[in-house]
Amino acid sequence: MNALPWTIYLSFAGATLALLAGTRAAAAARWVALLTALAGLGAGLFAAARFVPSRGLQTIVDLPWIPDLNLGIHYHLAADGISLTLIVLTGIAATAGILFSWNITERAGEFFALYLALIGGVYGVFLSADAFLLFVFYEIAIVPKYFLIAKWGSTQREYGAMKLVLFSFGGSALVLAGLLWAYAAGGGKSFALADLASVATHFTRTEQISMFGLVFLGFAILAGLFPLHTWAPTGHVAAPTAASMLLAGVVMKLGAYGCLRIALPLFPVGFAFWQSTLIALAVAGILYAGLIALVQDDLKFVIGYSSVSHMGFVLLGLAAANGQAVSGAVLQMFSHGIIAGLLFAVVGRMLYERTHTRQLAALRSLPLHRLMPFTSITFVIAGLASMGMPGFSGFPAELLILIGTWKTSPLAATFAAVGILIAAAFTLRVIQIAFFGTSEPTASSPRPHLSSSPNEPPALSTLTTTLASHPSYSPITWPERTGAVLLIAATLYAGLKPDILLSWITPALQSPLMQNVLKGGTP
Amino acid sequence: MSAPYAQLFPALLPEAALSFGALTVIAVDLITGKKRSAPARLNTAVTLALGAIAAALYCTGTTARTGPVFGGILVLDALTCATRLGVLALTAFTLAITPGLHRLRHPAEYVAIILFAATGFTLMAAAHHLLIAFLALELASLSLYVLTGFDKNKPESAEAALKYFLFGGISAAFLLFGLSLLYGVTGALEFAAITRQLSAMPTHPLLIVALAMILVGFGFKAAAAPFHLWAPDVYEGAPITSAALIASASKLAGFTLFTRLLWTGLAPSVGTLVTAGSPAGWALLLALLSALSLLLGNLAALAQTNVRRLLAYSAIAHAGAMLLGVIAAGQAGPAPLLYYAFTYGLATIGAFGVIAVVDGAGSCKNLPDLAGLHRRSPLLAGCLLIFILSLAGIPPLAGFFGKFVVFAAALKLGGLTTSAGWLALLAIAMSAVGLYYYLLILKQALVAPPAPATHATIPVPALPAISLLLLAVLLVALGLFPSLILRLVN
Repeated sequence: MNALPWTIYLSFAGATLALLAGTRAAAAARWVALLTALAGLGAGLFAAARFVPSRGLQTIVDLPWIPDLNLGIHYHLAADGISLTLIVLTGIAATAGILFSWNITERAGEFFALYLALIGGVYGVFLSADAFLLFVFYEIAIVPKYFLIAKWGSTQREYGAMKLVLFSFGGSALVLAGLLWAYAAGGGKSFALADLASVATHFTRTEQISMFGLVFLGFAILAGLFPLHTWAPTGHVAAPTAASMLLAGVVMKLGAYGCLRIALPLFPVGFAFWQSTLIALAVAGILYAGLIALVQDDLKFVIGYSSVSHMGFVLLGLAAANGQAVSGAVLQMFSHGIIAGLLFAVVGRMLYERTHTRQLAALRSLPLHRLMPFTSITFVIAGLASMGMPGFSGFPAELLILIGTWKTSPLAATFAAVGILIAAAFTLRVIQIAFFGTSEPTASSPRPHLSSSPNEPPALSTLTTTLASHPSYSPITWPERTGAVLLIAATLYAGLKPDILLSWITPALQSPLMQNVLKGGTP
Repeated sequence: MSAPYAQLFPALLPEAALSFGALTVIAVDLITGKKRSAPARLNTAVTLALGAIAAALYCTGTTARTGPVFGGILVLDALTCATRLGVLALTAFTLAITPGLHRLRHPAEYVAIILFAATGFTLMAAAHHLLIAFLALELASLSLYVLTGFDKNKPESAEAALKYFLFGGISAAFLLFGLSLLYGVTGALEFAAITRQLSAMPTHPLLIVALAMILVGFGFKAAAAPFHLWAPDVYEGAPITSAALIASASKLAGFTLFTRLLWTGLAPSVGTLVTAGSPAGWALLLALLSALSLLLGNLAALAQTNVRRLLAYSAIAHAGAMLLGVIAAGQAGPAPLLYYAFTYGLATIGAFGVIAVVDGAGSCKNLPDLAGLHRRSPLLAGCLLIFILSLAGIPPLAGFFGKFVVFAAALKLGGLTTSAGWLALLAIAMSAVGLYYYLLILKQALVAPPAPATHATIPVPALPAISLLLLAVLLVALGLFPSLILRLVN
């Protein structure tokens, strides 16, 4: 366990180093970043190898940090099976993200420094056992996103970046308000999560309901809770590939993790009040985002909305609040982190940087399965995983969530199951259109929406002729291959042996704080 | 008053050091300045002034905290000491960014007046008597009026100075009127005696008038809405270092003075913060000022295109948060407020310092003038990132913890049963609004490419470069270890 804090320290040290290395050469910054991410992954796996799940939440460091003015803030890092799962996920996603941004040359030092700072913040959130500390790391993870997207992004990047950051920051303002209120109402002694939970039992019902509302809503915005998910598709589309991978893969998990670690255990009475609303919103998000994904013309928007739909399952699992549903939700966080990363990598890096279009109408006329076999196969695998096919990580996760939800609300489970069907539909649709389209344009194929810049690309026919006459794209590079293999291996491993992750997650739910969650919901 | 003058001398050593330093600066310039260029004279003056501030810092550090001095006209306690250290440090940083200024025709006089202003600030920190408080305030204010109008090549500078002077004069008149009414009602000038008198007598109708007038003076000093109208013009028109001084050290000293006046002098008429019911006092009025400043500052800043006006509206918004700290100081002590005001000062000086250097290499008026700063000077861009993020309240920088501790203290007054609790929630919501305009600055500096005409790199003189770096490091260090400052007071 003692290796885990090094994930944080190494990331911030790596960020500084990458910034310095970047002034010399982009390659140096890349390698620094890759080694840092690998070291973080290594530390996570090392800790996982020696992890004893039955011990519950294990304190790693606990030092008084700001004792003045009765703030009682501690530098308190602790981990249980849930943190560990998400730390391993962060390690994998971070490594893959760097592999897929191997082609970044402009201001590479700054890019990787921001990237690693974000990762450091994410590790910090997953390890914090003090509300103040968690909030600090949470905000550290927000700001780099703005610069990553606004500088290195693509479609409507400044708009997407600002929208995303304002939504995130608005959410964190709600969280801060709720936490400070809980701290003050509890007599103002400590920010330790355990202490806050014990004072929260004395709050009035109204206080619990309002505080839960503030904190949960604040975190859930980042998890893509319907109807406040609108930052997600635009942000994902605007972001550079590595940032989309992190956003969908890890950052949205921060929101879900905040809900699970703070909002639910601290305010069980408030949760009971909101539970049915949350279940309804989660199901609405699954269905709504799935239906929207079904009619998108831009491949990246399809994946952006599919992310919202999949995160709906996480929120549904949390809201259903029984052992199976919550374990499934955590497993789904891991699974979606890997799969969404893979999808964004294929579309943003492997495909878009070669074809320079993501419009389905334009891709339809390209025989991509022949032009780019590796890309196509990767996307098909990622798509199957995303649909929840058995053998991939999405299957056990969504199955557990559905079984758990059925116990709480059979109606919600039924509708969510329809969401899985919709996911299959939109995934198959894009696989068919984008990768197995005909090589000749059909008269009925609609004009592409050239949203990025209307005057730049040539008309569809010329585009097709150009591409058809030069049907060779630059080959897939080794970092792309490695990254794709890493992510596919992770989703397969978690899909074939979900019991390993579950053996970490399930004992973590036995801790007193997590029992609050399971008791809080209606049985 | 039979107390010995010998007691007064050690208490006023910092002020003595500063005044002596100011006179030395002028004298040295008079003797050696004739044949030398303006930048060289400025460097000499700044060096001497920094020496004087170092001496004053040393004197402050070694002063015994003996409590009331000389019959209670001054008080030497932890708050005095901490505020003096704070204003001296902020003045030193302001001086250190002065070499970024060009077009300064009388450098020695400029630096000397900064030192006189600093003398006023340190006196304000220690004042415990209505007359001393007013004199200290006026010494500081008059110096600041002059500093504002110092740029004789710019009509805006004169306009700003006139506006500042007229507003300042009127608000000083209000304040003086309020103080004399207070004296008339209580028959006392010394804060402790005023408290004794007030708690022994029923509420006098004139006292309400006095309170309102004192708060007008305070609102002006703090640039709180609706007494903020001078701020955008002064921040825009004044020489940059003058604006930095007004925004930083002057604010810290003002907040300490008025917090002391309100909480040790007028504590019996604090009134209640609960919106309905019991009699109103100054706390509710402060809450009103705070709410207005938070709303007006943050919303008006959204529409600004001029960098300095934007910083002015952000200053108004921050004043709203600091007023919340004043309200909370009764229960939590002055530590949160002091931390907030000091770290806000650091970040503001830093932001103005960056603007000064950029301005020295061309012009820095509107937001697009900062475009491509990351390429023109990575150092300035990196420092600006820290300063602006600290102003926006992003952890782990000091600006975040300042907000956090002030809001926590305000909420602890009684949760959401008091108006302070709701104000804290408003302030938190407004900080999310604030992030937008702060990011607009950073977008220009760090994301946008430089304008075609301004590809040249920006030379950063050594002293401003060092002080900007030091400011950035301080903001990170104080954000990570806020106890360093909190312990000075508690």
